[in-house]
Amino acid sequence: MAAMLEMRGVSKSFAGVRALRDVTFTVEGGEIHALVGENGAGKSTLMKVLSGVYPYGSYEGSIVFDGEERRFRDINDSEALGIIIIHQELALIPSMTIAENIFLSHPPARFGVIDRDAVYQRTRELLVQVGLRESPDTLVTDLGIGKQQLVEIAKALSKRVRMLILDEPTASLNETDSAALLDRLVEFRRQGIASILISHKLKEVERVADRITVLRDGRTVDGIDCRAETVDEQRIIRSMVNRDLDDRFPERVAMIGEPVLEVKNWSVHHPVHPDRQVIRNINFTVRRGEVVGIAGLNGAGRTEFAMSLFGHAWGVRISGRLVLEGRETNLSSVAAAIGAGLAYASEDRKQLGLILADDVRKNVTLASLHQVASRRVIDEFRELKAANEYRQRMQIRCADVYQETGHLSGGNQQKVVLSKWLMTDPKVLILDEPTRGIDVGAKYEIYRIINELAAAGKGVVMISSEMPELIGICDRIYVMNEGAFVGEFDGAEATQEMIMGAIMRNDRRTDNGARRSSGSAKGRQP
Amino acid sequence: MTDKTVSLPEERRPAGFIKNNLRNYGMLISLLAIMLFFQAMTDGTLLQPLNLTNLVLQNSYIVIMALGMLLVIVTGHIDLSVGSVAGFVGAVAAVLMVRYGIDYPLAFLICLVVGAAIGAAQGYWVAYFGIPSFIVTLAGMLVFKGLALALLQGQSVGPFPPTFQKLSSGFIPEFIPGAGGWHPTSMLIGTALALALVYAAAKARSREQSHGIEVEPYGLFVAKNTALLGVVLYFTYLIASHRGLPNVLVVMTALIALYGFVTRRTVIGRQIYAVGGNAKAAKLSGIKTERLTFLTFVNMGALAALAGLVFAARLNTATPKAGLGFELDVIAACFIGGASAYGGVGRVGGAVIGAMIMGVMNNGMSILGIGIDYQQVIKGLVLLGAVCIDVYNQRR
Repeated sequence: MAAMLEMRGVSKSFAGVRALRDVTFTVEGGEIHALVGENGAGKSTLMKVLSGVYPYGSYEGSIVFDGEERRFRDINDSEALGIIIIHQELALIPSMTIAENIFLSHPPARFGVIDRDAVYQRTRELLVQVGLRESPDTLVTDLGIGKQQLVEIAKALSKRVRMLILDEPTASLNETDSAALLDRLVEFRRQGIASILISHKLKEVERVADRITVLRDGRTVDGIDCRAETVDEQRIIRSMVNRDLDDRFPERVAMIGEPVLEVKNWSVHHPVHPDRQVIRNINFTVRRGEVVGIAGLNGAGRTEFAMSLFGHAWGVRISGRLVLEGRETNLSSVAAAIGAGLAYASEDRKQLGLILADDVRKNVTLASLHQVASRRVIDEFRELKAANEYRQRMQIRCADVYQETGHLSGGNQQKVVLSKWLMTDPKVLILDEPTRGIDVGAKYEIYRIINELAAAGKGVVMISSEMPELIGICDRIYVMNEGAFVGEFDGAEATQEMIMGAIMRNDRRTDNGARRSSGSAKGRQP
Repeated sequence: MTDKTVSLPEERRPAGFIKNNLRNYGMLISLLAIMLFFQAMTDGTLLQPLNLTNLVLQNSYIVIMALGMLLVIVTGHIDLSVGSVAGFVGAVAAVLMVRYGIDYPLAFLICLVVGAAIGAAQGYWVAYFGIPSFIVTLAGMLVFKGLALALLQGQSVGPFPPTFQKLSSGFIPEFIPGAGGWHPTSMLIGTALALALVYAAAKARSREQSHGIEVEPYGLFVAKNTALLGVVLYFTYLIASHRGLPNVLVVMTALIALYGFVTRRTVIGRQIYAVGGNAKAAKLSGIKTERLTFLTFVNMGALAALAGLVFAARLNTATPKAGLGFELDVIAACFIGGASAYGGVGRVGGAVIGAMIMGVMNNGMSILGIGIDYQQVIKGLVLLGAVCIDVYNQRR
């Protein structure tokens, strides 16, 4: 069969960072093509190039669809050819009905007046097509996430669709909804509609995909034809993560003491949908002087877990025991958590970590103002001295501590956040993606600071999506997926394949606990 | 290291000092310019001792409420109900003192508590229920306007006991006898205050220097403080040559000093600014953001009550129309004074100067005989212009 789509030699960079390098990607008519890779491998960027979100001219290479070269200026151009993308974040308006959502942009109308009968008629047909039994009048907000996904697909079908792109469509669906959705894709294949499926779930991919393309660091690294050969999970995982460990990590001799933080049977529910359990029965230990990593993909629940520990800053219906230095503690407010010796440096330093309009000094002392105040009155000079101490110790590069943090580089902002938390003198420091978006030199400094903290007897928890970094600096690594811990490895023995394997093979819903062994004797499954 | 090197920010360079503090000085300079303009246009009426005293009396309640409003705005909220609350509390005071003959101090206290309770009731919905303050206080504006009307049964109630009237129309007693129309005690107090301000500024400067903090250039420091000394002494002289310091000016000055201190130097002040600057980050730093928001509304309620009392004492009667439209002047004062509508930014000094700019314009335009119609047009344009200049400056 002739290729329906050919993307040839596609390259794209953002501010000097290469997101895609010479990617070639081919989809045949009426096939389900799975696109797999780690976070940041370039899957979404590639799909945005294809759908015209990044217009012609902003990338190198060419797109050939139906045998003709295409130069999309925007998403309307690609939709006109029947290339429809469904993003992970659904683009539905919750306060409108199913019918209104489906025909949001091009409702059938006469003289500008919407033809309601036609809208309902067409909506009913489309809902039958996607297998959704709901009235067209139902408000989208009243639908579960799985049904909303189907509405999105119906919306795509309302346009003349030839190629459907789904970005992790089953990430937040339960087993039944996932299966129903995948069945739709198989059905569409029969009708000649091609699908590109971005997924982290190998089980799913194995079940429906005709071909698999693996991306890593913006390159196509592997292509598998599932019809011609059997799918080898090990091969896929190896392709996804197989890269040189070329980052440098400072040396450290671990001096690990007794447990400082133990968490038992920790469960958390979603604050907006209290029926949804987000964190499932986590058992977790950090010892004095230990650096513990938590690996996982975006959305695995790592941030939610950390914030729920930190004075219940996220989630509702939190249950489980939290033992700090051997004593069971109930930390129901952030202030209590800080007082008990917990610190959490957020992954989102601009939104949750810093007050960008305030200077370095005010940000550093924000969580420990009582230390620089007597009788609730701030001693400006004591505050200045404290801020200057941290500026020196952390080597924050700024003109002086009166400089606005919004004007600092990412690495220096992160050091300000770390200073803020160090000043509270925590026993356990949770660092959520501490090196995200900062350059190599600053990363190395952050690692050095982490080592110093561990050497000073603090327990450090590091959440990171960069596996080489976790392997490089952690004594122990937990692997998290879908709200539960699915693996635990010794930092010295862990490999990227072991971690990725634990994530990809674990699928709570289709696996029913009959997990295959990780293929590595070093891994300890909890 | 690959981190970008940061250049010395301009405000640390002596040459850039004035430029970067222009925002702070700018407001003061605008106020002086507006005063000089009206002084010239009114042939000197504006700064006549009698008129200056009146100016203070007329604007005291706006300044008092602006102090509370500034904190509300800094936390990222707004309070539209302050005018109604002030009017309602004035009515409560009249009912208590005139109808039931309750003593002035007790009635005064009850009124402040009522104001704080109203603030608490509104703040509760805003802080703990997350209802937009615009809506809660819009409701409060209607409710308390209506309640004031109901309480007074649509009529004016007065007069107040003379001791209560002294709150607004009284002047500090004269301890040095025999000066005729001249009030040496007021002059002495004003002089002492001016000297204390300069002394405090000099001391702060030398302390900062001893801690190695860069300070403003010496020449500028001297010029600024000489000007400050001169202006305060001149106004004190004007006030002293009429009837001396009004009681309400003493109350106002004390409140300005208190709120200036709280916002700049205390832990709670710093935390209020942090909530407005980034509520999520503040919360994750252990700050009880809800409670602080709640408290700023309680504080606003109490200050609105005080303003209502001052206004009622000045009119010597409580009328159902009292407080009408005050909220607009108060909010305008804060924004003209440089507070940010997005929260986190604003100074007590700025809000006070903003209130004075509004007051001088009201007074000056009235003397010039400009009708109430065009007065509003001009005030509206000044508000828009001031905020536009602010936004423009921030974009640079």
